[in-house]
Amino acid sequence: MTIHHHPLDDLLLDYASGAQHQAWALCIASHLALCPACRARVSEMENLGGGFLDQIRPESMSNGALDHVLTRLDDLVPDNTAGPRTAPTHRADGPVLPEPLRSYVGGDAETLAWRRLGRGAYQYIVPLSEPGVTARLLRIPAGKPVPEHSHGGLELTLVLQGAFTDQTGEYGRGDLEEADAQLSHQPVAAPGVDCICLAVTDAPLRFSGLAARIVQPFLGI
Amino acid sequence: MTENTTTHADLLNLVGAKRDTAAFESLFEHFAPRIKAFMMRRGVASEVADDVAQEAMVNVWRKAHLYDSAKSAPSTWIFTISRNAHIDLVRKLQRPELDPNDPALVPDAAPDAPTMIGAVQDADRVRNAMSHLPEEQREVLMLSFFEDKPHSEIATQLNLPLGTVKSRIRLAFTRMRTRLGDAQ
Repeated sequence: MTIHHHPLDDLLLDYASGAQHQAWALCIASHLALCPACRARVSEMENLGGGFLDQIRPESMSNGALDHVLTRLDDLVPDNTAGPRTAPTHRADGPVLPEPLRSYVGGDAETLAWRRLGRGAYQYIVPLSEPGVTARLLRIPAGKPVPEHSHGGLELTLVLQGAFTDQTGEYGRGDLEEADAQLSHQPVAAPGVDCICLAVTDAPLRFSGLAARIVQPFLGI
Repeated sequence: MTENTTTHADLLNLVGAKRDTAAFESLFEHFAPRIKAFMMRRGVASEVADDVAQEAMVNVWRKAHLYDSAKSAPSTWIFTISRNAHIDLVRKLQRPELDPNDPALVPDAAPDAPTMIGAVQDADRVRNAMSHLPEEQREVLMLSFFEDKPHSEIATQLNLPLGTVKSRIRLAFTRMRTRLGDAQ
């Protein structure tokens, strides 16, 4: 697997700083699980955060803050939930959905209750705590197009299985496409296997084509 | 390489290996007021900022045994703990993060492959590279980290098109990578 399409630095910076909306962050973190190069870039950015922390003028803590913290330490057990990898665990035939995405939807792709989108395509809406930006898994049959649509805002699409092609190139597992309001694109899934991707957008998808617009409200898309 | 950052790494290792409360107190004295200031710069009220700083230091204690000075400078590591405490306590969200033990995770290349991962010396070089940026590029980076603003809000605050903010961020990192690459 070679990734050719990466998130640009401004998306990685929002992730590194902690300012990013949960939906975009879910997409970026899932790309990072598949992309060591971008993980290295995020680490560089976290170094900047460390530098800012070093240089900031301190604000005095409240009276008794240290004592309050010290009394809490006695009851604590060390946190081993996010430990370093103890042995190589990567499997080429491993889950289609990397963490954190897999936990957000509650299981790997074949376990989900997909909803029909029409034309053989399916979707699964990812439950999130932060409103305003939606994340959904899409499953497009091999060789078939997603109905043409354009975007009011920003859309990120991360491929997890199979591939799709549109006028900006070919996207396979780990590739991330960033599409803005100008792009009216018509992605077509590559032959062979269903294309599964995570699509995150801050605008309602508008499907052009009369039949699609009639059906759209009933499908909740 | 500054003396302070080496000392902080030693203190973290003492906390991790021996649960040394004297070492923890030294770390608290240095970092808690800085974490609090960081949170206040992000618009958090001072009492809440005090709570976030305390929670972050509790997490430093709990996770000190996981700290690896070859992978990050102490202030970088504590920045990430503070960032996550802010998301948890103030935004009240779960931060999406990869799982290092996930079978789907694509592992890093061999340890001796050239990377930009920060250790003590690299962190200093990154900060030095940032000081050489044009003011408008440094400004967007500082707004991202200090004020916890996604670039859409930065654009509004600086009265700039969103595309300009994005390109300044990208230019800033390209410039820093060039400088850091030359310094190898």
